[in-house]
Amino acid sequence: MAKPKLALYWAASCGGCEIAVLDLHEKILDVASAFDIVFWPVALDFKYDDVRAMDDKSIDLCLFNGAIRNSENEEIAHLLRAKAKTLVAFGSCALEGGIPGLANMTTRDDIWKWVYKDSPSTVSTNGGTYPQTHSTMAEGAIDIPEMWNTVKALDQVIDVEYYIPGCPPQPDQIWSVIEFILSGKPLPPKGTVLGAGEKTCCDECPRERTERKLKKFYRPFEIETDPKTCLLDQGIVCMGPATRDGCGALCTKANVPCRGCYGPPPNVVDQGAKMVSALSSVIDAQDPGEIESILDQIADPLGTFYRFSLAHSILRRVEKL
Amino acid sequence: MKLITIDPITRLEGHGKIDIFLNDAGEVENTYFQIPELRGFEQFCVGRPVEELPRITTRICGVCPEAHHMASAKACDAVFHVDPPPTAKKLRQLLYNVFYAGDHTTHFYALGGPDFIVGPSAPAAERNILGVVRKVGLEVGGKVIEMRRRTQEVLKILGGKQTHQVTSLPGGVSKGITPEEAKQIEAHCLWFVEFGKFTIQAFHNIVLSNKEYVDLILSDAFSHKTYYMGLVDEKNRINFYDGKVRVVDPEGKEFAKYSPAEYLDNVAEHSEAWTYLKFPFLKKVGWKGLVDGKESGVYRATPLSRLNAADGMPTPLAQAEYDEMFKTLGGKPVHATLATHWARVIELLGATEMALDLVRDPEITGTHIRNIPDKVPTEGVGIVEAPRGTLTHHYTTDEKGIVTKVNLIVGTTNNYAPISMSINKAARGLIKRGTAVSEGTLNMIEMAFRAYDPCFGCATHALPGQRPFVLRIRSKDGEILEEIRRT
Repeated sequence: MAKPKLALYWAASCGGCEIAVLDLHEKILDVASAFDIVFWPVALDFKYDDVRAMDDKSIDLCLFNGAIRNSENEEIAHLLRAKAKTLVAFGSCALEGGIPGLANMTTRDDIWKWVYKDSPSTVSTNGGTYPQTHSTMAEGAIDIPEMWNTVKALDQVIDVEYYIPGCPPQPDQIWSVIEFILSGKPLPPKGTVLGAGEKTCCDECPRERTERKLKKFYRPFEIETDPKTCLLDQGIVCMGPATRDGCGALCTKANVPCRGCYGPPPNVVDQGAKMVSALSSVIDAQDPGEIESILDQIADPLGTFYRFSLAHSILRRVEKL
Repeated sequence: MKLITIDPITRLEGHGKIDIFLNDAGEVENTYFQIPELRGFEQFCVGRPVEELPRITTRICGVCPEAHHMASAKACDAVFHVDPPPTAKKLRQLLYNVFYAGDHTTHFYALGGPDFIVGPSAPAAERNILGVVRKVGLEVGGKVIEMRRRTQEVLKILGGKQTHQVTSLPGGVSKGITPEEAKQIEAHCLWFVEFGKFTIQAFHNIVLSNKEYVDLILSDAFSHKTYYMGLVDEKNRINFYDGKVRVVDPEGKEFAKYSPAEYLDNVAEHSEAWTYLKFPFLKKVGWKGLVDGKESGVYRATPLSRLNAADGMPTPLAQAEYDEMFKTLGGKPVHATLATHWARVIELLGATEMALDLVRDPEITGTHIRNIPDKVPTEGVGIVEAPRGTLTHHYTTDEKGIVTKVNLIVGTTNNYAPISMSINKAARGLIKRGTAVSEGTLNMIEMAFRAYDPCFGCATHALPGQRPFVLRIRSKDGEILEEIRRT
């Protein structure tokens, strides 16, 4: 029997998802022997035209990482959707926009103005040189993709079967998903989150939680924290209560707060809204004015509660008025 | 005029595309190396609490998040005017040197190495890590995987996560290591040093003992006389984590030496409408276009650049090999782009020695790991040497430490102009009128940029498979005139 065909692609991403796959170490050889890898730009030199030439639905499994940031990302997402039977949003950026999705707090024009005109190292003559999708040079024309104003998650542009969260997904979780797929067992219902737990990060965090009520919040650099006690109890904003388990609570074990890369827990649509409700239950105040002044101590709630999920949240982007 | 387009370039840090224009005589008229994307970190980091940037900017690159984590942490120290305690600095440097050793390993064995180990014009299907394993034996392949596994293990202990580290905070680190962990890391470091020595020996056996390769390294098609940049310590020896940036001119004379805070007096960036990436250059020399020489502000920031810019290595084994390289290649500076591979394995060995020294330092298990900032945050610059070039993070904040401005000059970006020039020169040197463009020729053009370590190629190290490549020569209106396919 022919080996199942596997494709891996990265759109607007950092490459950390690829490294996470490589961190399977010698098991990567098992992946390579179990699958026929037909497309993986980061590692193999198959080109877009090779994918275009494939039959529809001829790729058995496609792991797609990265957000949708420009016309090329979107075009390849549609292409791989057509060619793949099962397509998985792999990692925070594909699931929720990830950190590149923080760009939805600004605009393409503002990004360009800084990068190509105002930044202190940039030489900008005649108001700055901005990228053009189509350039006519002395020798002929050359093109680059169009950058979108708004970053999107993968399932905002194409239909997706499954989701593997994490920034990056942890190698042991990736392996468990691959083992499951190779086992030939029936696949779970469409929309299932794979390679993660069904609870919150707090459930796998070894720190003791006392549900202390808070009158003051601190930033991580401001205080020494007790390594055995819940960081939230100590006034450090930790995204644990609003984050799915699955990473093994790596950040809190390293004595820094969770920032939510495994996405919202089951049955939660909006990670930021979940965090607001989690925080409201730990504030030590009844008076609305006092509650507000305590919450005001939190630096950058938007960029913290939606660190990885802004593009996929109910907000999606921030409009500048 | 004919246009040859390679899209996408695979095995590159970020997406990339090369356009080669041939004139009617079949000679190269010009080449364009385009970077088709921009994610906008500098703008969307504005408004964030500055201490979060070491955890946000790691996502610029998942292959070298350690470099961004460290440059960012140093910029945060500077913003808060706080100096981390010695133990914290040593823990950061230990992490950083272990990362360097692992990163250089994957490049040498999986990306740059196959061209030499298997041969530049060997069949394409052989010219990959599997071909390397076939040539040098399974034992070596296993060693490379083990090196990667061990480095990732140490990075997880020190950085909290093996990818996208989290432990650096303004003023220090969030966690120290126990004496047991130090012992465990020391055992790994001893193994790393042996691996480094083995790699140097492999480079001698495979590359330097082959006259054909040495001639290729020294050939004009792969040479550019440029300025060179690298971070040095107080004795002008290489340091990846700390020190001053030193720039030498194409004759090897010191041209500039500056502290991180002075980078804007020394480096500026030029933009072109046909690409999203800017071209950094030496401000005091000026932008003269994509040309080399003393009158052009183009500089390189690579392993070879760092060796050219420094007076030596801080550790004995790497120093001995440093001397050997310059003796063999005719003294400093070395302009041969392909010698970057030699410089890289020298740095690999040096990083393992430095890591071993650091983990054996009694202070490494100290418990004073943070100084809590007590000054009003303002502005700061942090510079480290990323494996792919000098990395600068520059932040300005309000009085609460909320970011108001971010300027970044990133590793590979430093080399955008020289990579473009190297592609151009190799294409001109290798594509000749009346001669068919062979697959081997294409690989030689690729070797020109591969020396700079387009970092996504790291990923190939454990992957069997072919590296097919399709190149189409089109007329101006898109008609395919010729197709070259290697499968």
